[in-house]
Amino acid sequence: MLLESIAPRIHQLVVHAPLIAKKARPGQFVILRADARGERIPLTLCDWSSRDGWVKMIFQEVGVTTKKLASLKPGEFVEDIVGPLGTPAEIAQYGTVCVVGGGVGAAAAYPRAKSLKQAGNEVVAIIGARSSEYVILEESFKGVCDELFIATDDGSRGFKGFVSQLLEKLLEEGKRFNYVFAAGPVPMMRAVAEVTKPYGIKTVVSLNPIMVDGTGMCGSCRVTVGGVRRFCCVDGPEFDAHQVDFSELMSRLSMYVEEEGRALALYEGASFDEG
Amino acid sequence: MKRVPMPKLPLEERVRTFKEVALGYTEEQAVAEASRCLQCEKPLCVEGCPVGVDIPLFIKYVAEGDFESAVEVVRERNSLPAICGRVCPQENQCEGRCALGKRGDAINIGGLERFVADWELKRGLRIPEKAEPTGKAVAVVGSGPAGLTAAAELAKFGFEVVVFEALHKPGGVLTYGIPEFRLPKSVVEAEVDYVKKLGVDIQTDVVVGKTITIEELFQEGYEAVFVATGAGLPNFLNVPGENLCGIYSANEFLIRINLMEAYKFPHESDTPIKVGDKAIVVGGGNVALDAARCALRLGARETTVIYRRTEREMPARREEYANALEEGIRFKFLTQPVGFEGDSSGWVREVKCVRMRLGKPDESGRRRPIPVEGSDFRIPADTVVVAIGQSPNPLIPRTTKGLAVSKKGTIVVDPETLETTVRRVYAGGDIVTGAATVISAMAAGKKAANSIKKALLGS
Ligand SMILES: Cc1cc2nc3c(=O)[nH]c(=O)nc-3n(C[C@H](O)[C@H](O)[C@H](O)COP(=O)(O)OP(=O)(O)OC[C@H]3O[C@@H](n4cnc5c(N)ncnc54)[C@H](O)[C@@H]3O)c2cc1C
Ligand SMILES: Cc1cc2nc3c(=O)[nH]c(=O)nc-3n(C[C@H](O)[C@H](O)[C@H](O)COP(=O)(O)OP(=O)(O)OC[C@H]3O[C@@H](n4cnc5c(N)ncnc54)[C@H](O)[C@@H]3O)c2cc1C
Ligand code: SF4
Ligand code: SF4
Ligand code: FES
Repeated sequence: MLLESIAPRIHQLVVHAPLIAKKARPGQFVILRADARGERIPLTLCDWSSRDGWVKMIFQEVGVTTKKLASLKPGEFVEDIVGPLGTPAEIAQYGTVCVVGGGVGAAAAYPRAKSLKQAGNEVVAIIGARSSEYVILEESFKGVCDELFIATDDGSRGFKGFVSQLLEKLLEEGKRFNYVFAAGPVPMMRAVAEVTKPYGIKTVVSLNPIMVDGTGMCGSCRVTVGGVRRFCCVDGPEFDAHQVDFSELMSRLSMYVEEEGRALALYEGASFDEG
Repeated sequence: MKRVPMPKLPLEERVRTFKEVALGYTEEQAVAEASRCLQCEKPLCVEGCPVGVDIPLFIKYVAEGDFESAVEVVRERNSLPAICGRVCPQENQCEGRCALGKRGDAINIGGLERFVADWELKRGLRIPEKAEPTGKAVAVVGSGPAGLTAAAELAKFGFEVVVFEALHKPGGVLTYGIPEFRLPKSVVEAEVDYVKKLGVDIQTDVVVGKTITIEELFQEGYEAVFVATGAGLPNFLNVPGENLCGIYSANEFLIRINLMEAYKFPHESDTPIKVGDKAIVVGGGNVALDAARCALRLGARETTVIYRRTEREMPARREEYANALEEGIRFKFLTQPVGFEGDSSGWVREVKCVRMRLGKPDESGRRRPIPVEGSDFRIPADTVVVAIGQSPNPLIPRTTKGLAVSKKGTIVVDPETLETTVRRVYAGGDIVTGAATVISAMAAGKKAANSIKKALLGS
């Protein structure tokens, strides 16, 4: 296990997992537990090497599990890691495509940009963050894109505003995309879907509902797509953005906010005592 | 003569903790209960047991106080007795056929089986002799009762056995489904340990079909594969509002509680669960009762099970139904949910129902429930658990070329050998039968192990 901070409270985790590395495809994710009492949480496979047997994930500290992961010491292990889960992304030659990553969503957007490029597409990427120090994977994107745009909420880097607004601007300026992929916070994915809809651009998003097993056993990850119930962990995580019920997803993601808050306070209290 | 009653945890304590409800017989109680057995010449009880435990013989030993011989007799046919003694639906199996049951109380065969198994666990399990190594390796997919039993048998035959399990803990439904208060996890762990001590390697966190395929297992050198992946896919009602917050599938609810130990959140577990004041559980099987009794223990003020048929058709074990009633779970029969209403923040607030009446018997032999027109009514609820059955997991059929499945998604096997339509791939347990019982899954595991031995060793 190797851990490296790549932006404030954003870390890159590399784990030796040869079986997973051998099978990993863009669009897939793993589920891991930080320790023996830990929750199972999904993280997108951001990069991997089937030859050397490692997989890389990028995560943001938001609650107990991600904070526990962030405090792992070199040489320590994550308790469990299972994968690769989810249906691999459909990669085709569309022409000119736009890959949009908001916040840590850039971690999911990167393998998509890479594979779309390899499939012969002209790839334009938009990555965004709150402000310049939160921009991640810039160099990696440059290596696989024809054009890279950066947006920050406060304008400290690149375009001032949201990635969806930048996408809208590009479209208004006459840029044409045959395909758009977006990953990031739900409101951002919803905004991207709204921007591309009037243009009739095929748009795919990577959804992030609360998961437990990741193999279709629990139904916790159910989402409504085109009026139909789908299990995100096996049928997804990627779906047609124009068919997704984003409000339902938002509401289901908030199911445990109260409990998560309590757990975090308890955890931070305990680490504070120790420290 | 009356059955020696099984001591139980006092009611007040029971409804607040996850401690085991039935406490098990003491030695004196077990001997007394065993002494009631008539030692029938043609014991019908044995015919009722899917694995054919020699019930009169083991009971005779118990009556004589020779528990060691009793365990040996049970273990000959049943490799998970501490589990079966607790969870077999005995009223439909061994005890249902007991001669004494016609006039009075059947022998508590499950209770006695549990007694001898617990007695053995306390002493530490002895590891049986294994055959000479065959030099051949067999892979088992899934570590529920079918997989564990097959693995144990195959190891005894001298095969190198590796079990692949998708979750982070072995045991299948025994671990993630059946709650602590009915089947303590320490009992499951002891039985899993026994299988490991036989030399079986259990690899958790491997999803066959994703991490590795069956085809690749053969490439790795395994000469046969036993698929025992269970019926783990939750069925939903498919009615409006089912994705509201606060509505769980029974699987999610029970996995959070049993596998992830959410009842210890936040002090000893990081996985949350949310149970409000008014919990509604939909269904009438063991799963529904387990969910309802968990909801009660997690603080629901009122827990109601709604079932579309009547008490008589309810498939749950009778003992557990009686326990649930004692604990204050309410039952609303002949009731079917037709939708859910939520509040502005997306939380469930009401279950919309219709009343049902029973019509003619359907394929299952039970009378078919029919909605009564104009009988709509609503029940307030802030937690709902949908426990209306599970379907087979399609992951392996989807990723294995040539593996035939039925219309229901169960894997098709030769009933004699349990071999599937793919050579040297066998299947058994819930993935073949649909959701059934622990003991039938074990019986399948044993059968498959025998077929594999025959196929690979020729005897
Ligand atoms: C397919 C998928 C891929 C993901 N990829 C990434 C990634 O590459 N990088 C990254 O930083 N995050 C990713 N996430 C989100 C990540 O799983 C959550 O941030 C993480 O679970 C939070 O756990 P926590 O204990 O730290 O925080 P908590 O305080 O427990 O939760 C914070 C918020 O995270 C969400 N969440 C909580 N538990 C879960 C759970 N078990 N599953 C999913 N979401 C949950 C909820 O919205 C919750 O309000 C992904 C989610 C999914 C479903
Ligand atoms: C809540 C509940 C209560 C029950 N109560 C009773 C009872 O009181 N008495 C009784 O007799 N029966 C009861 N049953 C039924 C009984 O538990 C099942 O019939 C039995 O467990 C089936 O055994 P199995 O080995 O076929 O599958 P399971 O026990 O379901 O085990 C299958 C295992 O395979 C794993 N798996 C699935 N797919 C893969 C894959 N692709 N790769 C790797 N691993 C995989 C799963 O994670 C699981 O661990 C109950 C069931 C439930 C859900
Ligand atoms: S295994 Fe089950 S059915 Fe057979 S004797 Fe034991 S409790 Fe009865
Ligand atoms: S049928 Fe009942 S009384 Fe007769 S041998 Fe079996 S357990 Fe004993
Ligand atoms: S996470 Fe359990 S079914 Fe998808």
